[in-house]
Amino acid sequence: MTDGGGLGDKGDAVYAALMATHDGLDDDQSQDLNARLILLLLNALNDPDKALLLIEQAQTKDDA
Amino acid sequence: MAYDYVPFPYVPPPGLAGPEPRHCVAIVGAGPIGLALAIDLAQRGVASVVLDDNNVVSRGSRAICWAKRTLEIFDGLGVGKRMLDKGVTWKTGRTFHGNTEVYSFDLLPEVGHKFPAFINLQQYYVEQYLIERAQEFPDLIDLRFKNRVITHQDLSDHVTLTVETPDGTYQLDAQYLVACDGANSPTRGRMGLAFEGQSFEEHFLIADVEMAQSPFDSDTPERWFWFAPPFHAGQSALLHKQPDNIYRIDLQLGPDSDPVKEAQETRVLPRIKAIVGDKPFRLDWMSVYKFRCARLAHFVHGRVIFAGDSAHVVSPFGARGGNGGIQDIDALGWRLAAVVQGATASALEAYDIERQAAADANIRHSSQATNFMTPKSTTERRFRDQVLRLAHDHSFARRLVNSGRLSLPHPMHDHVTGPSLATARVRPGDVVVDAPTGDGWLTEQVQGAWTLVGFGQIDIPDLPVRTLTVTDPLALQRYGCDVAVLFRPDGIVAGCFDPVNSERITDCLSQHLDHRVPA
Repeated sequence: MTDGGGLGDKGDAVYAALMATHDGLDDDQSQDLNARLILLLLNALNDPDKALLLIEQAQTKDDA
Repeated sequence: MAYDYVPFPYVPPPGLAGPEPRHCVAIVGAGPIGLALAIDLAQRGVASVVLDDNNVVSRGSRAICWAKRTLEIFDGLGVGKRMLDKGVTWKTGRTFHGNTEVYSFDLLPEVGHKFPAFINLQQYYVEQYLIERAQEFPDLIDLRFKNRVITHQDLSDHVTLTVETPDGTYQLDAQYLVACDGANSPTRGRMGLAFEGQSFEEHFLIADVEMAQSPFDSDTPERWFWFAPPFHAGQSALLHKQPDNIYRIDLQLGPDSDPVKEAQETRVLPRIKAIVGDKPFRLDWMSVYKFRCARLAHFVHGRVIFAGDSAHVVSPFGARGGNGGIQDIDALGWRLAAVVQGATASALEAYDIERQAAADANIRHSSQATNFMTPKSTTERRFRDQVLRLAHDHSFARRLVNSGRLSLPHPMHDHVTGPSLATARVRPGDVVVDAPTGDGWLTEQVQGAWTLVGFGQIDIPDLPVRTLTVTDPLALQRYGCDVAVLFRPDGIVAGCFDPVNSERITDCLSQHLDHRVPA
């Protein structure tokens, strides 16, 4: 279980900015933007081991 | 100017008339790998017979990018200068997205090395120089052209081969068989050995064109790679300069291309014109390829040893095929010679384990580059394209752009245990780094035989290995001051010492070779 949050009390603002940035984009453009954001974020971590851990955590074990 | 193929003479072998004495080593394949091994063994006084099913050097330029460590190894085999003089030296690579340069790399950003980062030299020249060098050992290297091995059998104390010639077949026995018979190794095929890995479905066109005017707009030879250039929309292209005014062009053809159609001049010539514009050219050679990265699980099977493409293949992005193979020979020659001369065969296990690790690294790098160039799903393609887009403005993204991570020698940290020193700048398993020594170069004085080098002021007693002392400031910067480093014949650091004593050195040696130290 992860802790309360790295976004402090700006969580809503960050979430809203993320949604707003997709306004007016079609699905393809949105997916391109998401890919860029993922790459930028992975780099901003400054920690390749953490990046690998997050990539692993992002995988869900869905019931098929 | 097209290469002039001079056939080598076929000589009916003695075995056609009566049984030959058992050979030390039978080498199957007279490509760069087999020839390099024959020369390495000959320099150690070990005879070999080299069997090749044809009688000319490589058709087509094929392997052209030879890396620094490989050039050092070739130098130790006596062909380094010839290759350097004929080859095209380069160290800078540029990667373009569209028309915009997004990444460049300098493969040797420092001075104080005998050889450059890379030379480009067609495989037919490499083979020619190696054959001419091999011919300087008529008593130790028996080169047999138009001798095709059709069967072999490991009889546990030797190997027996059936060889077909224009005059009939004969039997040849040897203590060891080294299969240097290439990517589709018949030796491997006969043994039914699994050769597993990843196949890449896209086709690539490789063409050599001769042009009086360079298609590069720079006089300094460089490697240029494009993602989605205007002249080859949506695909990648690679351009290299070779000797004789020949330029190598690689073009990615896309997943739905028909290799038979694409290999026709009517298709190829317009593609080349799109790159070179109005500059006149002559198409010298071309081929359409698919690639794969694969390897044997083991490279040593009793008395049958695999080296080069017979053991492992890679896609060419990163130049790890020919370079990996020559570095196999560097790891094998001294051990095989020692085993033939009485060392226990367990030395060959170390070759197997070490070169499997090197092959895995080469496969990983080549695969990652090929995956970046040929994304296999919408998502892979999306991320690849966004890396390229970000690379215009972000340096971190530039480093992710992967058009090939160029060949480097693989360190053996996981496989070499030996004493280390806090004051040394190298550790066991590191690969020799060249440095000036005042009267020459470190690598050329170290490789080929066990060598202990004293850097700075350090006493070196009488030892059963070659020794030398180096005080050049660049060498001390790279290795440390007042330390001694023991190098294996393949330039791998076996141990670091301060002080040096004979017992510790001998201990280190015996971990590698279980017998008397070879001269």
